[in-house]
Amino acid sequence: MTKKDGPTGWREITTGCVVLRPGSASEYHTGSWRAQRPVWNNSKCIKCGICYVFCPEGCVSQTEDGYFKANMDYCKGCGICAHECWPRAIAMVEEG
Amino acid sequence: MAKRVGMEVAIAVAEAVGQCNIDMAAVYPITPQSHIGEHLSDLVADGRIDAEFITVESEHSAISAVIGASGTGARVYTATSSQGLMLMHEILPIASAMRLPIVMGIANRAVSGPLNILNDHSDTMPQRDSGWISIFVENGQEAIDMTIQSFKIAEHKDVNLPICVNIDGFQLTHMVESVEFPDQEMVNKFLPPREPFATLHPSKPLTMGAFAMADYFTEIMKAKNEALKNSKKVILAVWEEWARMFGRTYKPVEAYKTDGAETLVLTMGSMGETAEMAIDELRAEGLSVGLVKLRLWRPFPFAEIRDVLKNAKKVLVTDRAVSFGGPGGPVFSEIKSALYNERVRPAIYNYIIGLGGRDVPVTDFVSMIKKVVQDAGENADTYEFLGVRE
Repeated sequence: MTKKDGPTGWREITTGCVVLRPGSASEYHTGSWRAQRPVWNNSKCIKCGICYVFCPEGCVSQTEDGYFKANMDYCKGCGICAHECWPRAIAMVEEG
Repeated sequence: MAKRVGMEVAIAVAEAVGQCNIDMAAVYPITPQSHIGEHLSDLVADGRIDAEFITVESEHSAISAVIGASGTGARVYTATSSQGLMLMHEILPIASAMRLPIVMGIANRAVSGPLNILNDHSDTMPQRDSGWISIFVENGQEAIDMTIQSFKIAEHKDVNLPICVNIDGFQLTHMVESVEFPDQEMVNKFLPPREPFATLHPSKPLTMGAFAMADYFTEIMKAKNEALKNSKKVILAVWEEWARMFGRTYKPVEAYKTDGAETLVLTMGSMGETAEMAIDELRAEGLSVGLVKLRLWRPFPFAEIRDVLKNAKKVLVTDRAVSFGGPGGPVFSEIKSALYNERVRPAIYNYIIGLGGRDVPVTDFVSMIKKVVQDAGENADTYEFLGVRE
């Protein structure tokens, strides 16, 4: 998890809070908000990709063997993938 | 050569915007602002100015469109009034947080309900804390001058903030006045092209209007507040430059016959000229009275207010809006707050006047001021609605 401390002083704030470095939002690891994580049971997975389609964070990707995994830097643990997975191949497991 | 003409003030404001080499305007019509938008659209359609005029479907869209255009580096203008301004409300603090130098004319009109199209300041007062520079004009000439000045103030590298020019609806917007337009070459000299601090362009990606949580938010609010406070230096400098180039002087607080005056009345907007006539009458009667006109509402000119009021025994603050359940009108609150830490303070009175277009003639100013002059002090620190039928 990335810890964000913010600026050391208000004078560091750019005019209009403009972010001059493109793509810097990817450094904000929203996965730290997660209370539960999705765990795939590949013996039930039919590789339909519905978890990939429905993930609102776009953090689910397909692996070389055709199964799916989530990028835990950005997975907030919302559980939509598990809810939509009709073969029930995804379980939401408590973090911690 | 500067040109003197008789012109409706709303049309004159659009003409003044047309002198400012704008790139884009988005205006949704609403009484009593409509003539500004209509005439500006004519200027574009007739090819008199080279700008885009976007006919949006609402005021929310108008302000959003000028934000987008301003982000690309364009010089932009919009105008609205009353309910339209209320619809823009959500977007106003975003414009100032993004530090976009948008110029907006507000044809001040009472906010519903009940529905009323006439003039008071209840539309602009709820926008007070949006982080915009806010100025009030007193007559048609000031509407022209301050519209042109606003682009220079807003776009200054030490400001980069949106600015609203408050023009009393009907009392000013629909009056035909004798006004003077500055010479176009002089305006071009006064107002060089905008130099944006950043622009939205595919070849140089950057993010405007990013998300910020608790770790950044306080510092961002502090930076915005400092920016607005610091804009006063630039406002004063631009007004000085205007006086040098065009011969008309502007100050955050205007004093009229205040020398040695024991009682001062304070106005904001078009009522200043009516109050001047009342002061002349009362001075002729031998009363020690004077007038203070507040031109700059945000950033609030604390030092200038303290200075002009310091020798007065009594101050009568007029307000054109109600702060329901509050300590009096919004201007009254500000003046009291400016004076609270002074060792010697005048007694202060508040009249809420001219709501929803109710006329306030010179005779009303005369009787209001006389009442305060004659008061032994028992009615100080109170507010009342002028002429309310009990």
